[in-house]
Amino acid sequence: MLSRISNLTFKKQLKHLAKISFQTRYASTATETNKADKRTIAITAVAAATVAGGIGYYVYANPVHANLADEGLHPPAYPWSHKPIWATFDHASIRRGYQVYKEVCSTCHSLERLAWRNFVGVSHTLDEAKAMAEEVEYTDGPDDTGEYFQRPGKLSDYLPRPYPNEEAARAANAGALPPDLSLMIKARHGGCDYVFSLLTGYVDPPAGVEIREGLHYNPYFPGGAIGMARVLYDGLVEYEDGTPATTSQMAKDVVTFLNWAAEPEHDERKKMGLKAITILSVMFILSIYLKRYKWTVLKSRKIV
Amino acid sequence: MANNSGSNALARALYRGVFRRNSIFLCGVFAAAFAFEIAFDVTSDRIFDRVNRGRQWKDIKDKYASV
Repeated sequence: MLSRISNLTFKKQLKHLAKISFQTRYASTATETNKADKRTIAITAVAAATVAGGIGYYVYANPVHANLADEGLHPPAYPWSHKPIWATFDHASIRRGYQVYKEVCSTCHSLERLAWRNFVGVSHTLDEAKAMAEEVEYTDGPDDTGEYFQRPGKLSDYLPRPYPNEEAARAANAGALPPDLSLMIKARHGGCDYVFSLLTGYVDPPAGVEIREGLHYNPYFPGGAIGMARVLYDGLVEYEDGTPATTSQMAKDVVTFLNWAAEPEHDERKKMGLKAITILSVMFILSIYLKRYKWTVLKSRKIV
Repeated sequence: MANNSGSNALARALYRGVFRRNSIFLCGVFAAAFAFEIAFDVTSDRIFDRVNRGRQWKDIKDKYASV
């Protein structure tokens, strides 16, 4: 492929050169045109040499970097049930995923951009969401006397953070900051596949790889050494709908949940997109028909 | 104009009923757009829901509504 491109480029340059020399031979005013043409030839030659050199370097000298150590192992593409363009999220999975987040992830990771009201009509009923919010105490105020006070949460409150600030989070996790998960699926290359692979991909470090005290080896994490230990083990949570809580099931559910958190508009977007594609396809066919109809006169006339 | 009345009865009725007066024609355009949008939305929503049967909140909410 690349050699073909370089070949083409080279041929083009040759043609260009030939054209220029052709013009010089037949130019009537000799001196000035000659000078200009010589410069053009020089510039073209330099450009051609640069391009050829660049392609040569890329093809022959440049080594291929797989670079697992720096970039991490690329995750395989998993058959997510919400992957097809017509498929919504599996909302039962979102609900289970929230349970996993709440019981496991939320001890270290925040989910700042999600409010309790966002759960209503997605994974929980209104009453459930209210009850969930009321379990958390929020600081509000100031009241009539200027004091701040504690009150139970409301639907409009955002999910509580595990740590009050970044410094506290780092101090509690040996200097590593557990990132906010609100947009995590959008924020990482590989999205769902990456997070799923990371959660299920913990292995012993291979021979020759030294992992510092307090870090853990995960081939999918860029650099290989991750501060988070493996957290998901079979049977860690007990799902209310009776789904067996295997490691991969929990990882799949929490990833679906986080994907919803990152793209809450997902279902509606797909529905609107399909409607738009349908309408626009019909309009496109109509426009072709209309064009052909209007052009029949021009296309079928005879010029005598 | 009215030479082939048998085959073009529908077209003539359409012309008389809708196209002859611009006011009625314009109202017809708006009414048709209104009706078409409703019909299109209802149909495509139904197809979308059937393709995603069992996956959306409205399909599973009965399990939790009573709790």
